[in-house]
Amino acid sequence: MFDRRLIENFDWGFIILILLIGSIGLVILHSALSAGHDTGVVHILFKKQIIWMGTGFIIMMITLLIDFRNLDQLNLFIYALCVGLLISVILFGQVGGGSRRWLLIGFFRIQPSELMKIALIISLSSVYATSASQTGLNFRKLIKPGILCTIPFILIVKQPDLGTGLLLLLIAGSITLFVKLERKVFFTLSGVCFAAVPLVWFGLKEYQKLRILTFLNPDRDPLGAGYHIIQSKIAIGSGMLTGKGFLKGTQSALSFLPEQHTDFIASVLAEEWGLAGCSVLLILYFFLLLWGLNIAYNCRNMFGSILAFGVTTMIFWQIFINIGMVMGLMPVVGVPLPLVSYGGSSVITNMMGFGILLNISMQKFSSN
Amino acid sequence: MTEFNKNPDREWIKKRLIGASVCVLFVFAILFFRLIYLQIIKGEEYRRLSEKNAVRLKTIKPSRGLMFDRNKRLIVDNRPSFNLKIVREDAGDVEKTVEKVAKLIQVPFRELMDSIARAGKGAFYKSVILKNDISREQLAIVEAHKFDLPGIHIDIEPTRHYMYKKTAAHLLGYIGQINRKELKTGKYPNLKSGDLIGRYGIEKSFEKYLQGKRGGRQIEVDANGRMIKILRTIDPVSGLDLNLTLDFDLQETAQKLLENKDGTVVAIDPDNGDVLVMASSPSFDQNDFIGGISIKKWKELMTDPGKPMINKAIQAEYPPASTYKIITSFAALEEKHIDINTTAYCPGFFKYGNRVYRCWKKYGHGELSIIDALAQSCDVFYYQAGEKVGVDALAQYARGSGLGKKTGIMLENEKTGLIPTSVWKKKRYNESWQGGETLSIAIGQGYNLVTPLQMAVLMAAVGNGGTLYRPRIVKTIEDSHGKIVKKIEPEITGGLPASKETLNIVKNGLLKVVQGARGTARGIRLKNVEIAGKTGTAQVFSIKKGEKIKTEDLEYSLRDHAWFVCYAPAQNPVIALSVMIEHGEHGSSTAAPIAGALIEQYMQGFLIKDGLTE
Repeated sequence: MFDRRLIENFDWGFIILILLIGSIGLVILHSALSAGHDTGVVHILFKKQIIWMGTGFIIMMITLLIDFRNLDQLNLFIYALCVGLLISVILFGQVGGGSRRWLLIGFFRIQPSELMKIALIISLSSVYATSASQTGLNFRKLIKPGILCTIPFILIVKQPDLGTGLLLLLIAGSITLFVKLERKVFFTLSGVCFAAVPLVWFGLKEYQKLRILTFLNPDRDPLGAGYHIIQSKIAIGSGMLTGKGFLKGTQSALSFLPEQHTDFIASVLAEEWGLAGCSVLLILYFFLLLWGLNIAYNCRNMFGSILAFGVTTMIFWQIFINIGMVMGLMPVVGVPLPLVSYGGSSVITNMMGFGILLNISMQKFSSN
Repeated sequence: MTEFNKNPDREWIKKRLIGASVCVLFVFAILFFRLIYLQIIKGEEYRRLSEKNAVRLKTIKPSRGLMFDRNKRLIVDNRPSFNLKIVREDAGDVEKTVEKVAKLIQVPFRELMDSIARAGKGAFYKSVILKNDISREQLAIVEAHKFDLPGIHIDIEPTRHYMYKKTAAHLLGYIGQINRKELKTGKYPNLKSGDLIGRYGIEKSFEKYLQGKRGGRQIEVDANGRMIKILRTIDPVSGLDLNLTLDFDLQETAQKLLENKDGTVVAIDPDNGDVLVMASSPSFDQNDFIGGISIKKWKELMTDPGKPMINKAIQAEYPPASTYKIITSFAALEEKHIDINTTAYCPGFFKYGNRVYRCWKKYGHGELSIIDALAQSCDVFYYQAGEKVGVDALAQYARGSGLGKKTGIMLENEKTGLIPTSVWKKKRYNESWQGGETLSIAIGQGYNLVTPLQMAVLMAAVGNGGTLYRPRIVKTIEDSHGKIVKKIEPEITGGLPASKETLNIVKNGLLKVVQGARGTARGIRLKNVEIAGKTGTAQVFSIKKGEKIKTEDLEYSLRDHAWFVCYAPAQNPVIALSVMIEHGEHGSSTAAPIAGALIEQYMQGFLIKDGLTE
């Protein structure tokens, strides 16, 4: 059924990296869960996450069987499907935490904004694969990508989920910069962005300004975000070189932190395993990203290269924003740590991304 | 195989991928150095802080907005309350510590443990309320044993203080703890469990102004949870103060006059609709609700036949009785069925079909015109007038005069009253309207229902020449520095459906009710002030034909309701009143004297003011 060479070229190293990070994630998750919940609940949540991971793994295996070149042909279809899902979220989505983000399909609760990330990466790669060149993109070639980004961005911000919306723009922006802009275009766009900031700022209402200021500087809100950052920094710092040991974290044991099994999970790792543990995870993530870029490097198909870069970018921003936030370098935004944070949607999306990378990697020797 | 790799188009992408790798390396270096900074350079400090779990968050409650009356007299205040709290993490053996406290302050151990249980699991480092508002004696004992009671602390927080209990309780309202369901609705994003919100009256309808905003403090604590250092403070923002339209001196008098009676008094300034008095009786002590009312007290309030929890000025509906003759007069005069000279002969009864409708005066009023009919409240005159007008035209005039619909006062659960029409009856009972029923309606009996506030608004309009105002209870809202944040302007909701002549005729009749030799309320005449008003006696129980029962023998709950509505001074009124005494039997004997006393007191204030200026 498959080309034998595909199986010979199976990227074992990448799979092992994913499994390693996933296992570390489960260990940290266990700590984080035990701290804030009863043993019964820990059991249930932990089991749930293992099921998610397993499902994610299966989805990855299925994705890697799809020849990525098919994605190129199907890109608009996938894109339209995801936009359709986003619209149905707004129409009949489930409300949670003050916003409408989930769609109930059978027994599954899916978050279409997560899937949209992959869909946008695919369709942008497809557009840029034909339009990108060494000289860079001109304005005309940016119209289509611009439209492709704007539609899902507006739909996601409407949910409202500003965090995911901005993440989507970051990913799209990174891919666009990667495929190179004409110098003129680059400077004009940067200029426009800078000029727009004050204009937008004065157009905002007072409470919106306040919210953005707190977003940029959590210290302004010492009772909310600022407090969480202080507690998170104490947790990380108190881990020192070697950490307090497995399940010995005191900060996390007192559940000082909100969402410590989701967004703030890195601080649990830092407290219990110290700089040593953090370094291991950072190095594994670093390898994972380099591996992804290497797959892009080795791919002989323009679409594949950009696609691999896009997926790697998606992983990169999640890692950077999450760890940066926990350490007080970034505003407090709800972005989960890939393969570590509790939660199904992000596991599924990331695993899909890995599946795509694995497929591109397997085909590196096949021509075109 | 190699042609693609040598493709120049391929080479530049590869260069950019190398660039991207360098970016990743750079970012990871930043993350790594940040880790070194936090875990190695600052590690010791953070370790120390974490071992003591030393940074705590403490909320500072805002003080709720105050309420003043129209003369800036303070009527709703805040006072400090001593709230006993525990941080479980610092308490060591929680049960043991709680047991000790319970013994010291002589409160059942279970009660304290229950309030801990209510706070839920988790968050051991957070303050949990053990008991709100402990006495000074209890406070002294706890403070003296402070060092035996780890994790226990006392916060001084502002709490509501209703300075004049039972007075205007229904209007001012009360506050109570927010419940889980309300928190879940997401309507109160700034509130937490244990916070207080308005539950009734002005406290409820002006909640968003009164509430204020919580502040908080990050503090460093020692091993016993005692504060060592304040790291950061966000000051709370006090709620906004309300300047009410109430005249609280008059309100107090009204409340006193209503004591041991079931009923209500509403007074309105005819010039702008300002509510000067709104008293309902029996009343309740609002202070009982703040810490959560005891089940026993709540049961008492709910089973009291006088219905103390109902604001009778807006939430109780009564037959308007003879006060409704004002409406019938409007209708009959405006529709030109009668004029000022039209007379009718009252032999004490009126035959309609094969039924006899009685006048309240057994042997009749003799021949009289509208002014005397109004003054003496002759039923026969109004039977005839009402019959000519018809039920639907009557209803039109009643609605035009503000009856049968909400007045729009900014309080919750205002009742609309009921103005029947033939269509209404068809819908409600599927029966057609009977002519005899119109006669009952014309004198305010039958299906008609009004609230005392509606009658006060109506009297204010009659007094001021025909302008209906929306009753106003709050004039201005200001912050704690006295800066006015919001002004609530008087609002005209309509005009009486009566021409100047009609209004003058009615006003003359109303004047003669008190000032006339045969007026039904001549007993309350005052020396310096002329009052114009109307009495009413609303039947609760209809006495069968031929049966003779002295009302004194009737059971209390079957006795008639007494109305008196009025305004004064008659020529240029400054106050309009509506008094309803349930089971007070006669408007002239129970309701009117209350109005008289209030007008006397209110006018004295005016006379003194005039004396000073002249």
